[in-house]
Amino acid sequence: MAYLVRRLLHTLFLLMGVSMLSFLFLQLAPGDYVSEMLLNPQVSPQTIAAMRTQYGLDRPLPVRYFDWVKAVAHGDLGYSFAYNLPVASLLGARARNTLFLTISAAVLAWLLALPLGVLAAEQRGGWYDWVLGMGTSTLLSTPDLLLPLVLLIFAVRSGRFPVGGMTSLDYSDLSAAGKLHDLVSHAALPVIALALTTLPVLVRHVRASVLDAMATPSLLTARAYGIRKNGILLRHTLRLAANPIITLGGLSIATLLSSSLLVEVIMSWPGLGPMLLEAILGRDFYVVIGAVMFSTVLLTLGNLTADALLYVVDPRTRVRP
Amino acid sequence: MRHIDRQLDAPYLMRHKRTIRWLVGFLLLLHLAALLAGFLAPYSPTAQNREFPYAAPTRIHFVDASGHFHLRPFVYGMEQSSGDRQIYTADSANVHSLRFLVRGEGYSLAGWWKSNLHLFGVDAPGKVFLLGTDAYGRDQFSRLWFGSQISLVTPLVATVISLGMGVTLGAMAGFWGGWVDEVIMRIAELFLAIPWLYLLFAVRAALPLSISPVGAFLLLVTLIGTVGWARPARLIRSVVLTTRQQDFVLSARAAGASSGSILRQHILPQTWGVVVTQAAILIPQYLLAEVTLSFLGIGVPEPTPSWGNMAGSVQQYSILTSYWWMLAPVMVIIPVMYVYDRLAAALHEPVKSSA
Repeated sequence: MAYLVRRLLHTLFLLMGVSMLSFLFLQLAPGDYVSEMLLNPQVSPQTIAAMRTQYGLDRPLPVRYFDWVKAVAHGDLGYSFAYNLPVASLLGARARNTLFLTISAAVLAWLLALPLGVLAAEQRGGWYDWVLGMGTSTLLSTPDLLLPLVLLIFAVRSGRFPVGGMTSLDYSDLSAAGKLHDLVSHAALPVIALALTTLPVLVRHVRASVLDAMATPSLLTARAYGIRKNGILLRHTLRLAANPIITLGGLSIATLLSSSLLVEVIMSWPGLGPMLLEAILGRDFYVVIGAVMFSTVLLTLGNLTADALLYVVDPRTRVRP
Repeated sequence: MRHIDRQLDAPYLMRHKRTIRWLVGFLLLLHLAALLAGFLAPYSPTAQNREFPYAAPTRIHFVDASGHFHLRPFVYGMEQSSGDRQIYTADSANVHSLRFLVRGEGYSLAGWWKSNLHLFGVDAPGKVFLLGTDAYGRDQFSRLWFGSQISLVTPLVATVISLGMGVTLGAMAGFWGGWVDEVIMRIAELFLAIPWLYLLFAVRAALPLSISPVGAFLLLVTLIGTVGWARPARLIRSVVLTTRQQDFVLSARAAGASSGSILRQHILPQTWGVVVTQAAILIPQYLLAEVTLSFLGIGVPEPTPSWGNMAGSVQQYSILTSYWWMLAPVMVIIPVMYVYDRLAAALHEPVKSSA
């Protein structure tokens, strides 16, 4: 328990640090949304000065940071100049869509990676292992950009899948079953693209972890006792291999989130990706900070969950050295 | 146990060394080719042919319309057919021979050697586009070679920056320990707590948007390099920590060696293995970083070609589905990534099995 509390505190400090770092970075940036408006001849300098005062852009940096933290504590993440909306409401909808995409992809990738990796380890050196090795190498060498592009070509050519977006225009008129079908058919390709980008890393890791577990003395003993091979694999090897696999599960959130940005932009998924890109181009800094903070929270949550899971699954982690 | 023993026997290590040599050889050749871009490319990367937008790859022929075989390959002239899509028909009356080592547009190699000799070209007024053209009728094959100068060099320089920072900070943290260690490692943790692409985007957001090509190159190199220092720093720190405790370091200290010389002569050489392996992992990752940023329009700006901004046009569905050759800049990344992946695996393996 004390361990978990310490981890939570640590996470909190981490988030503070990240927020300070990103705030500092973006405040040092040349130009902000308001100064970008200077280029517009229809906006008078007085209006801009008034806007600077209104949004507090003329106050010193530490003051603005603490104001921001105070606001965040109240659920106010700042204001998006470009969208003319509070960042929190803007981010909420986008983050939900990104979460939906990444979680579905993570589930799909793990459902595929576990049996594929375990089988490869079990048949080490066989033709199946070899084919899978080639497959993972090829997928790993494929840039993250290419998979969504190829799937897009497939969608357009086959005409079976809708291209871009998350729902059809007539979504609100559809029945419940129709809504589900619409959502699934929109999400299918982005989810597959995202799952495929992480799949090779997961498969390799699962295979390596199972192989390491199989080489431990305890499993040699089990085999020497004549326990059936499948029994060993499921009862003992997987439990031993659980530690590195779960750790990677937490870490894989980071790569998933990063790849998701790209998949979303290419496949026009209304998640954080397209919004973040627009925010960068429009110097909409509070949106950028909001998105970065959200991704950091998600990543640390992933690691925390992995640690908690390990604590439950692997008795070795409960012993303090 | 068995497989570990097998990996360390002499024939295995020999084969292993040969693999590494082949992979490194391929990479050296590739970079040499990038350096010789002006020679390998038949045209300048910015030369436009407004009459041939989105021309498909030119076909090289050996047999002419009347069925005669020619030893010297040739191409047909192109004619635009009517209609709104860019479709060109070959004009079989209009034959242009393909020649090697021809004089053409001037270029400079690495900025100092001026020349106008090209590996190949066709007789004027014919055109040869081995990988088709883009919206402005620029030759994709030529642009790929010039683009490789940016797309291959950016990750190299960025990796040097990352590893330089990683080794310096990691060694400081591991060697001095105490508050230096605390501060450096806490900052590293911050960098690792943000998903990589988000971090890259966030820092990019803070930098000016429209810049000159040279400025963009320097900016990208520093951006990508600085953002990735934390992981190597952690690894270097752990190597330094374990090395610091070892007998040969202790005896060097007992013999009165100064901290600086211990660090330089005894500890840093031990980190070499980690540095090389990390380089093989970081370079392809940074290659993708440049390609991604340029693809999204926040990297190297037009008209300077990079693999990323060349591929950027396929973000429009119509271009993506109509002109497959526009995907060529993404395709060329695959073999490069594959070689780096194999190299990283080969470099990592003996270290792992002997540990």
